[in-house]
Parts: sequence; C-alpha cells; structure tokens
Amino acid sequence: MMLQAAPDPLMKVENLVVEYSVGGKTIHAVSDVSLEIARGETLGLVGESGCGKSTLGRAVLQLRQAVSGKVLFDGHDLTTLKGEALRQMRRRVQLIFQDPIASLNPRRRIGDIVAEPLVIAGVKDPEERKRRVAEVLAAVGLDPALVSGRLPHEFSGGQCQRICIARSLVLNPEFVICDEPVSALDVSIRAQILNLLEEMKARYGLTLLFIAHDLAVVKAVSDRVAVMYLGRLCEVGPSEQLFARPAHPYTALLIEAIPVPDPDVRPTQSVPVGEPPSPIAPPSGCRFRTRCPRADARCASEVPELRLVATGQFAACHHPLI
Amino acid sequence: MTSALLSVENAVVDLPTPRGNLRAVDHVDLAVGAGRTLGIVGESGCGKTMLSRAILQLLPKKARLSGRVMFDGQDLTKLSAEKLRKLRGRSLAVVFQDPMTSLNPVLTIGTQLIETIQEHLELDLAEARQRSIELLAAVGIPAPEQRLAQYPHQLSGGMRQRVAIAVALSCEPQLLIADEPTTALDVTIQAQILDLLAREQQRRHMAMIIITHDLGVVAGRTDEVAVMYAGRVVERAPTPVLFKQMRMPYTEALLAALPKLDVAPHTPLPAISGRPPDPTRPLKGCSFSPRCRYSGERCGAEKPQLSPAETPEHLYACFHPIAAKVSA
Repeated sequence: MMLQAAPDPLMKVENLVVEYSVGGKTIHAVSDVSLEIARGETLGLVGESGCGKSTLGRAVLQLRQAVSGKVLFDGHDLTTLKGEALRQMRRRVQLIFQDPIASLNPRRRIGDIVAEPLVIAGVKDPEERKRRVAEVLAAVGLDPALVSGRLPHEFSGGQCQRICIARSLVLNPEFVICDEPVSALDVSIRAQILNLLEEMKARYGLTLLFIAHDLAVVKAVSDRVAVMYLGRLCEVGPSEQLFARPAHPYTALLIEAIPVPDPDVRPTQSVPVGEPPSPIAPPSGCRFRTRCPRADARCASEVPELRLVATGQFAACHHPLI
Repeated sequence: MTSALLSVENAVVDLPTPRGNLRAVDHVDLAVGAGRTLGIVGESGCGKTMLSRAILQLLPKKARLSGRVMFDGQDLTKLSAEKLRKLRGRSLAVVFQDPMTSLNPVLTIGTQLIETIQEHLELDLAEARQRSIELLAAVGIPAPEQRLAQYPHQLSGGMRQRVAIAVALSCEPQLLIADEPTTALDVTIQAQILDLLAREQQRRHMAMIIITHDLGVVAGRTDEVAVMYAGRVVERAPTPVLFKQMRMPYTEALLAALPKLDVAPHTPLPAISGRPPDPTRPLKGCSFSPRCRYSGERCGAEKPQLSPAETPEHLYACFHPIAAKVSA
C-alpha cells in the first residue's frame, strides 16, 4: 500500500489487527490498519468513541497484543520483541493519557513520580536522576524546587498534565503517543497544554502520534491526519488539505458536525441520523455505509481499500468526494 | 424584564468547605422568556452548574442560597418541598450531562417515562403508554414500542440522552434546563441532540437554558449568552452581539484559545496564562485580572460591576473593556 510518509519512517504499522473477546463475542477493535509516521512528524488520529483509536495507540506500544500485523519502530518489529528487548525499546516510546490526575499515583511525591522511569531504566545515581527531573520539570513550566516535594492532589488538572508530560520526557524518548491529552481540560488550559506539546516536540525532537476526538484540536498540532471509523482507517492526508477537501464522506460528516463558535454559521441540519454500529458485528464491506448518503450495493459487498485521491491524501471509499 | 418566565435576582450560593466558605455563585441576575434560549458558558468551577441547581432548588444540603428565583410569578426559594416536587418534572425539567446517571438503571425506559407522566398528568396507563411511545418517536428513537421494555444499559449514550430528553419533555415543561447535554457524546451525535433540543424548544415554545463550556454549542443555538467566570456573570448579551462586539477580555480570551479549523496547523494558540482563582480565597478586585492582558491598577483593587454597554441588553463587568467596534 502506498502510504509512505517518508523513505525512512520512525514508526510503521502494517496490517495491524486487534480484537477483544467479550462474553464470547469478538470485538473488532482495529481491523487491518497500516500507517507510517515520519521522523519529526505529528500524525493526528481522530475518530469517535469506540472507533479503536486508543486501542491502536496501545497496540503500538505492545500494551495490547495484536492478533496479526507488525509494528515496526525504527526497523524493529515490536510485536516479536519480548522481555528485556521490549523494555529497552519502550524507553524510546512513551505514552500520555487523557486523565492526568488518574495517571499520577496520589501517594507519591512529584519528584519521585517523574524520576520513576529513570529508576526503571537503571539510572542508579540519585544526583543524576535529580538533575534530569529538574530539567524536565523546568521544561514543562514548573519550578522543580517548589513542586518536587508535593503530592498530585495539590495540583490542578492542567498542572498534572504538565507533570505527566515531564514524566514522559525524562527518558528522552523519540516517539510519544498522546491519547486525548487535552480532552479533560478546560478551554483556557487546553491551549496552554497544546502549546507546551508543540514546544516540547521542537525542543526534544519528538515524533508524535496524537490521538483525539476533536478535529480542531488535532488540526492545531498535526502535520498529517488519519481518520478512523469502527476499527478501520477512512482517510489519511496532510492536515490542511484533508480539512479543506475531505475525500471520505465520514471525514466530511465529522467536519460538518463541529459546532462553530460563530453565530453567523447556522448549524447544518444535514447531519444524517443514526449512530455507529456495534464493533461486534461491523457492517460488511465499507463499515460506514449504514450512515453514508452515498452508499450503494458495492459498498455492502466490497471493502474499500485506501487509495490515492490527491497528493499525499488517501481515502478508503468507493465514492470519494474528490 | 417583567415578561420573563424565569428570572434569577441577585442569587448568591455559598458552600461551606473545610478550607472555608466557597462562594460558588456571586450575585447573579439572569432572565429568560418563553420561547427563548439562554446559553450559560464557562469553564469548570465557574459556578454554572451550581446556578442551575439553585434555579431547580436542588442545591446540596449544606449550601446557602440568597436572592430570588422567580418562575412563572412565584419565588421558588420560598416554595415548600411538596410544591417544588410538583413543579419539577411538570413545568421545570432538566437534562443532565450523563444520561446513565439520570436514568434509573434497574427500571425499563417505559416504566420511567410512564411513571413521570402519571405522576404529573391525569392519564391512565394506556394513555401514558401511548404518550411515551409518541415521545420516544419525537426524540428520534427507532422502534419506540420495543424500546419501552428495554433498560438504559441496552441503549447507546446518544439514545440514552434522547430518552432523558423524552422524560424531560414528557409533561410539556415551560422551562427546560440542559446542563452540558452533549458533553459526554460524540461530535456527530452531539449535533443531532442539539438539533433535537432546538426543534422541540421551538415546537413547544419552551424557555430553554443550555449550560456548556463550549462557545461553539451556544453560538448557533441561543438567543442570549451569559459568560460566567469565578461565580459571576462577566458578560451578557444577545448571541450575535456577544460574538461580534464582545467587550469583556475573558470572553475574547476564551474564544481565542479555542483551536479552530480554519487556522493552519502548528499556529501557537493564544492561551490564557495562569488559572482561575481559588474560590475559597476570593480576590478583592476583578477575578480575571491576574490573567488579563488589559488589567490595570484599578482591576486589582475594585470589583467591576455588570453594567450596560451601548445597548441595554449588552452588559459587561470590566474597567478596561475591549474597544467597541466602529461598524454598525
């Protein structure tokens, strides 16, 4: 498949399939997803709840075992690594979660929380650990001398997210997966954290997989965007281009549904009724067809492959909008 | 505003906490008329939910409310529990953020709807059942008859919110309060639910209050917007005026901090520095002044009062308002 972002991508996901078994039924969480992320790039992954975007993020980190497919990080297939080899590789890949308060152990001091990855990685010298912790805390805009000895409950959600970001950076990772990092934050704080992520990316030369349900948030930070629906990728393309000219009807629907903070833009009433079907029994063919205004018989029988629709833009649709 | 269906006059809500008194709502005046929609916008902790609870007389037991809540000619703060119970659900309805917690998980959808209807209206079981089916159909639930026998957990989040709306609408309320009705829902479902609320509000000529943190939600769907910060209404105006002629720096900053689809990727967002003040440690001056880029000496010393701008409908509380735009 022609999904090449760069000749030497840092992260390459090939035909990844992840399934869960719940009460004897199989949930098709991620079905045959392939992605590439270039070094220094931010790839935004958007989709509604239950579309498999978080599962994909976890499967990349090997926190969720894939049924099949490969996750190639810097040329190494993470799905075949085990034990120490996987641990070594995981230092280079970090994860930031949605709920910053739940992600921090309430009984431990901030200094220890941020130092923990260093302890696990075997950095024995306490002075060296202290120096590194101070450096990342300062980088995320917190005063190490003031915060190190305090407990998570003394901080607001936004500050806790800064602490989580500091912890994810302390091992100098190359790749960071941000799973809805600002969804739990207020508008005024959200902008601070998004700006901080951009600064950190530049400062530490990071490559990011940015998972979110909010298209505007994703656009603000991403070079390219991948849209997911019921476990499959619908569309991948450069952010600006994808939002200006979506090719997949689902991308168009998502863009249309966003409430715009401008009273002159009357909310469109054309959003089709209906809800995403269950991932236990996804529709045959194109999974979006049950809600798609363009669907026909072919969409029910044939799974659309991602194919090139414009420069760098791919859509999995039999009847693309462009 | 004598014609208003609901008017909140000088409402103050105090909550005792171990850290001292927390003033959740600080001298708020609001009004909404029949057939009108008011949006209340603010971030977490700004007091918007406490204000809605004050209107519904559903404040926590320890909370102290002063001021008046006039609804249809009577002061709700003076009504007996029995009278309030008759009013809530009948004339005053509410839809909460999380439909899973507002619906009873061990009762079927039908039981919950029929119970509400029979509690307030004189209908026999067959009539109440028929009305329930009509309501479910009206809120866009497919196969409404079969749904009556289902439990909330058998429905998706969007469908549950539709049921919660059906329950709220069941007795033709005069006022519907929707507290973050779509925050727990996906964006494609959110649009459908907001459309549904707007349609029913029009059809029933209800007054509606939408409480949200999302300026996008209020922009296209309200007649008037009140922006809250640290317990106070800091700006209030007809919706188009608020968005085009905002005077309060907080409103401007809140709108600017939103990521927007028509802005190029990697454009730094104009974030609001700092965070809201501790509500148990009220500031002497304007609560927004420590974060405000227009703030001057007076802002730290004195609280600006909500006062009219060019038109009497547009109020703001600021000593250094953003200059009025010259255009008509």
